[in-house]
Amino acid sequence: MADITARVTMPTSARKGEIIDIKVLVRHAMDRAVDAQGLKPSPRRIIHSFRASYAGEEIFRMDLSSGIASNPFISFTTVATETGVIAFEWLEDGGAVYSRAATLVVT
Amino acid sequence: MRAGAALLACCWAATAFAGEVRAPRAFLSPELQALQDDPARHPGWLWVEQGEALWRAAPPDPGKQTCAGCHGDITGMSGVAARYPSVASDGALLNLELRIERCRTEQQGASAFGDESEALLSLTAAIAARSRGQPVNVRIDGPAAARLAEGRRLYSLRQGQLNLSCQQCHEENVGKRLRGDIISHGVGTGYPAYRLEWNGLGSLHRRLRACSLGVRAVQAPFASPDYLALELFLADKARGLAVEAPGIRR
Amino acid sequence: MADKAPTRRMVAAGLAAMPFAVQAQPMPSSAAEVNRSRSSESYADAERALLAGRTPIAAGITLDVPKLSENGNSVDVLIKVDSAMTREDHVRAIHILSEQNPFPRVATFNLTARAGRAEVATRIRLATTQNIVVLAETSRGAVHRAEQEVIVILGACVDGG
Ligand code: HEC
Ligand code: HEC
Repeated sequence: MADITARVTMPTSARKGEIIDIKVLVRHAMDRAVDAQGLKPSPRRIIHSFRASYAGEEIFRMDLSSGIASNPFISFTTVATETGVIAFEWLEDGGAVYSRAATLVVT
Repeated sequence: MRAGAALLACCWAATAFAGEVRAPRAFLSPELQALQDDPARHPGWLWVEQGEALWRAAPPDPGKQTCAGCHGDITGMSGVAARYPSVASDGALLNLELRIERCRTEQQGASAFGDESEALLSLTAAIAARSRGQPVNVRIDGPAAARLAEGRRLYSLRQGQLNLSCQQCHEENVGKRLRGDIISHGVGTGYPAYRLEWNGLGSLHRRLRACSLGVRAVQAPFASPDYLALELFLADKARGLAVEAPGIRR
Repeated sequence: MADKAPTRRMVAAGLAAMPFAVQAQPMPSSAAEVNRSRSSESYADAERALLAGRTPIAAGITLDVPKLSENGNSVDVLIKVDSAMTREDHVRAIHILSEQNPFPRVATFNLTARAGRAEVATRIRLATTQNIVVLAETSRGAVHRAEQEVIVILGACVDGG
């Protein structure tokens, strides 16, 4: 499956109980559907969902629409509970899923 | 000419900044300044990310080196963008894009990435980002002198149906509003830049094409001798200003 | 803990949680709907569906969007909701609605108590000057509402580049 360019900005370590900021950017045109008369119709092609899990449990999910700017930026928070992998998934129209992961060390 | 005067007259608002050339950043709204300074939110960093991956990516011919194979880690490109455009050993004036294309074709034996291609923009952004904050310092002596003179001539040449020169906007009307923009000193230190209007990254020459079209002049092609000479002139004008690339623009 | 008699606090939480049965309707996702250039759902319908009969509280949300947006292609939105974000009482969904875009439902953020703070940000597209509306649903079934007008300076700059 084709890859995608993504950037995740978050700390690599945190104290237990600390709230960390997670910011993600992904390269995507977020193409709106075209169905106007006289134009060649084309289906919507956007990232329609984003989800994040922490040590296997879902901590955040976002439903996106064509009203989200190109190259979607999302910022959210989570409480550092244990050392583990934070996994990110971007779901695209047509079924493709792109993923990234980062490890958070909790002290 | 009358149309040009009317175009500017209708939008004059703020007062001009006299004297020195101010960094393009100074003309951005506080929101865009903050965005330009924050790689966690700045979408242009997606191209930097992609460019760094290409820096390490194998060329089509497996017998050839990667960029990193010859140049080492991309951190070694620090300060390079601040010296471009620059005259190569064969006398050609190269901007950063053309310098990359040379290595692509001559050193990697591959076909050129292509003007304004995603790959070329990404590599340019990744290399330019390594000079962020460093002062522009291009060479204008020797073979560069004639090209600089050509750039200066083009800069003050009235062009297009509106019969306006670059100078009339970017020197005589700096700080004034034009169609929602505040006219800056028009230097290239933020390029390649992410323009909200483009929903993506674009080169300095793409921006120059927009200015040419703005005065209803013929748009020169990417990497044309005219735009390269102008790019050198703009870099000399920006001497000492910090490289802002990848910039963020409206 | 589980076999202890319910404390006063837990009972209160239990009662307050009853409207939890009220479920906001999720974003329409059928292919026919998303492949249109304009939603069949109006802004008013979308807000009504999300409120699901509840009366919104006009407090508790800090909505940070520029009053004047330089380009409708990309408008920063930062949302903070006052919440302790405990298991019993947290913000579980934040919706961004647009009054004038072709699709009124712009985004939904789904949170859990594990967020620690109810604070999210994104960038949205705005077709024109309009009100942005934010609804935040709590785990106890309450809905908070905030709105702000954003004036969009349309980049009328001619650009063939
Ligand atoms: C086989 C070795 C080789 C490979 C592979 C190679 N280069 Fe180069 N590159 C060179 C040499 C040699 C020079 C110096 C040429 C000169 O000064 O005339 C150079 C110069 C440059 C410069 C200008 C540096 C300066 O200080 O002015 C840049 C930028 C550059 N290369 C980028 C790249 C990129 C991007 C790639 C991958 C697409 C790449 N190079 C691949 C050998 C290589
Ligand atoms: C009618 C007025 C006008 C003319 C003539 C004009 N420009 Fe511009 N130019 C603008 C406006 C408006 C902008 C966008 C605001 C800004 O950054 O100054 C702009 C932007 C630029 C920028 C990008 C600055 C940045 O940091 O994003 C450069 C570089 C530039 N112009 C160079 C030129 C050159 C070179 C010429 C002559 C070929 C020229 N302009 C002619 C109005 C003009």
